[in-house]
Amino acid sequence: MTFRTLALGTAVAALATAATAEVKVGMITTLSGGGASLGIDTRDGFMLAIDAAGRDDVTVIVEDDQRKPDVAVQLADKMIQSDKVDVLTGIVWSNLAMAVVPSATAQGLFYLSTNAAPAQLAGRGCNANYFSVSYQNDNLHEGAGAYATQAGFKNTFIMAPNYPAGQDSLTGFKRFYEGDLAGEVYTQLGQTDYAAEIAQIRASGADSVFFFLPGGMGISFLKQYADSGVDLPLVGPAFSFDQAILQAVGDAALGVKNSSTWSKDLDNAANAAFVAAFEEKYDRLPSIYAAQGFDTANLLLSAIDKADVNDDAAFQAALKEADFDSVRGSFSFAANNHPIQNVYVREVIKEGDIFTNKIVATAMENRDNAYVGDCKM
Amino acid sequence: MTFSLILEQVLNGLQSGIMLFLMAAGLTLIFGVMGLINLAHGSLYMVGAFCAAAVAGLTGSFVLGLAAALAGAALAGALIELVVIRRLYARDHLDQVLATFALILIFSEGTRWVFGSFPLYLDVPDALSGPVALPLGIQYPAYRLAIIVVGLVVAAGLFWLIGRTRLGIRIRAGENDREMIAALGVDIGRLYTIVFALGAALAGLAGALVGAIQSVQVGMGEPVLILAFVVIVIGGIGSIKGAFIGALLVGLTDTLGRIFLPELFKLVMEPSAATQAGSALAQIAIYVLMAAVLVWRPTGLFGARA
Amino acid sequence: MSTGQIGGQPPNPRGIFGPKKQGREALLNALVLLGLVIVPLWAVMADEPFTITLVTRAVIFALAAVGLNIALGLGGLVSLGHAVFFGIGGYAMGILAWHAQNYVPLFEWPVLFEGTKSMPVIWAVAVLASALAAFCIGLLSLRTSGVYFIMITLAFGQMFYYFAISWARYGGEDGMSIYVRNGFPGLNTLDPIQFYGLCLAALLLGLLLHARLRRAPFGLALNAARQAPERVRAVGLDPLRLRLLAFTLSGAITGLAGALFADLNRFVSPTMFSWQLSGEFIVFIILGGTARLFGPVVGAVLFVLMEHWLGALTEYWHIGFGALLLLIVLFGQGGVIGLIAGKARAHD
Repeated sequence: MTFRTLALGTAVAALATAATAEVKVGMITTLSGGGASLGIDTRDGFMLAIDAAGRDDVTVIVEDDQRKPDVAVQLADKMIQSDKVDVLTGIVWSNLAMAVVPSATAQGLFYLSTNAAPAQLAGRGCNANYFSVSYQNDNLHEGAGAYATQAGFKNTFIMAPNYPAGQDSLTGFKRFYEGDLAGEVYTQLGQTDYAAEIAQIRASGADSVFFFLPGGMGISFLKQYADSGVDLPLVGPAFSFDQAILQAVGDAALGVKNSSTWSKDLDNAANAAFVAAFEEKYDRLPSIYAAQGFDTANLLLSAIDKADVNDDAAFQAALKEADFDSVRGSFSFAANNHPIQNVYVREVIKEGDIFTNKIVATAMENRDNAYVGDCKM
Repeated sequence: MTFSLILEQVLNGLQSGIMLFLMAAGLTLIFGVMGLINLAHGSLYMVGAFCAAAVAGLTGSFVLGLAAALAGAALAGALIELVVIRRLYARDHLDQVLATFALILIFSEGTRWVFGSFPLYLDVPDALSGPVALPLGIQYPAYRLAIIVVGLVVAAGLFWLIGRTRLGIRIRAGENDREMIAALGVDIGRLYTIVFALGAALAGLAGALVGAIQSVQVGMGEPVLILAFVVIVIGGIGSIKGAFIGALLVGLTDTLGRIFLPELFKLVMEPSAATQAGSALAQIAIYVLMAAVLVWRPTGLFGARA
Repeated sequence: MSTGQIGGQPPNPRGIFGPKKQGREALLNALVLLGLVIVPLWAVMADEPFTITLVTRAVIFALAAVGLNIALGLGGLVSLGHAVFFGIGGYAMGILAWHAQNYVPLFEWPVLFEGTKSMPVIWAVAVLASALAAFCIGLLSLRTSGVYFIMITLAFGQMFYYFAISWARYGGEDGMSIYVRNGFPGLNTLDPIQFYGLCLAALLLGLLLHARLRRAPFGLALNAARQAPERVRAVGLDPLRLRLLAFTLSGAITGLAGALFADLNRFVSPTMFSWQLSGEFIVFIILGGTARLFGPVVGAVLFVLMEHWLGALTEYWHIGFGALLLLIVLFGQGGVIGLIAGKARAHD
């Protein structure tokens, strides 16, 4: 970008800013209890972009949902009714998103998802005011399935907790996996002991294992799997491999492949700047949640520069342009306001004392999602 | 499904049952001697795991971590007994439920405040990592075998302590007649502190042992606490023997249910739906077991009193 | 050995304690009621709809705790699983409204039934379903008492929680969103203050029922069954039946609260079954004051206020809340009402 266009851009931006009213953003995310690390990363990534923009026409209100749907609903009511926010964002969990998003968009608010993107909101329940900046929930599982096919796995054992996200996960995996299934197992949500399932894996004659076990469940499984002596290749979505979890798993995760739409070594200028700025400010490595929070804030800022948030149609169009430098590189929206982006395969490595991921392959290029056709907007 | 796989699953059920026993034994002991229901027992489990992870992380020694878990949980137990629990013995169960519920809130958020929201790292010691070969071609993790052994040793130690030692005589006397042993000159306050700390140490030990193969995180104690309650209801309150049998029953039902119920459903349904339905049923299997025991014996298998 | 009797206070038809102290409690109750009427009305004038939402939440929690208080305060049954009935009430609303909203028949035989968005019908179903569940759980768990009872109710609560999570038909862990609040004949329930009026009316009915029960032969017999079951048996009453009836009634009221809560949030999920919620219901009662008619109300209001203000202040507000709870249990016998209205607990 030459100086001239830069200056022009700034001038246009300044003009647009002068024309628009102040934008109030309400962030509802999980800051206490078991899942707090995800919400904290979301908030920190989001605020990093907001602070860097250094503008005074955007206010962000952050509140803790304690990972409870009823608290999230209450916070949404408060932000809509008494803080009069224009945009809501920040929810980590699909069940909380389902509690908040449909009624928020029905009341004319914008919702930008930093993470949760359940199928219901991508298909028949899609809404012109709802944008997922993260992915569609199935994407990472689809990526894992595509990778399993590319890697030549013929007989995979698949496993997820018995709840909607888990069921979607196995469906997503099977969508792009072409081999046979050595076994399909639903574990319990919050289960901590996987000895029985590992014994099943050992006995199943599988040549690989796909698992979706977010949070503490993934930590438990990875440790127990490594200790069991079963050495079939593991594949999973990025949820069990973010920075916080990897440090708790330790050596047991080394070499495991996981699918992700982002990685800290993704080679583009926006990402390099983001990772450096995040480490500088918070003294830790960013996670995928931080990256998605950062992108969401930048998307929002880009739209504010183009349109008035009170003009629904114009603001929708401005968001849909996705005119910002995503840390994920190429990024655009499909017809149902969910991203079109690459899904990568990462491998867990050790850098010095820190466990982290590096990209080893691209599982899917410019993947949209399976629900575009169901969405009538 | 081969015979050796079934045998391995039975072993897994035993191992999870034995961990439950360590939790349930402390709970049932505390209830038996002091008549106290302690919801914060799960927090002591968590304290054990965090102490172990922190010390093992600093020193690199798993054994030191285990020692720290025992000491830390016992200390935390003694401390809350002296400051809070002591005032609750004469109260009704309602006050005990409330106060120990409050302790859970304080312990959970306090731990998060000190250690942060991220799970801690604790790993199996090198000497016990990896599987060992058992007869019938079973490959079984050495660490899990060690857990079974430790659990059995602790169980034996507890039976010996209660049945054969002076402390055990006092504990049994305390269960039967509190005024009497006070009249005999036993310092009942000290006895209670010791019993509570002992129960806490057992919970802490369980937390540390399990922490090495699971996730050390805030809130890890409550699911185990509720399972321990189920164990006690099945086994009978105040009975160590009941806790032992109850824990094994719950461990086996849970593990085998998870494996065999989906297989059973596959006989009549298509696989994907069968695994969903089967594991949904497996999730509530232990509660069905509990209900069945209640119908048959309202005071549990070995419970004397209602 | 404790047999699990709750040393609460007996119902007190004539007032053992002095009229002055009783008067002070009555005054406090009147003030609380007044506040529950005035604050939302003020919020309407000041255009602060969220305040109404907050008070509605408190009132619904209070109703749930009033339900629990029939088992706990009158019957001495410490149920640590009352969220089961709250959740069943919530799911009654969720399932009926979900079918109506999506035009999927709930059943086609003997007549076609497509669910309903009508509050009175939903409430009736919620009350009946939770009463039935309370009856069944009571039948099993009332065979025991004391600590067994606490643990068993907690375990049953967990069973329902896990079941709801894996019940894919109705959203599993995701729960169900109901986009538009259900209707009540003659009212616009979308208007916060009108919906609040319904909730407040339900709470007042619950309180009235509780007050009547205390004085009624049933309440007296229930209390007697707590203190001296043998004597009750001697006059030909069955303590188990009395308790079962109390537990069923208690579950039904908490179930109604669950249906209202679902309508407040326009959302139901398995967290309505969570054991923490059961614990919080007990907290409301103790915080306000055991065996006080308005104990659950004062407790619920305080809890919601603290959650709102302390929660905004610090992520670690549970530490302060836990400490406060401890202080109340250890030193503040009689809860907040006891602190204000004097130690009017009749220790018999």
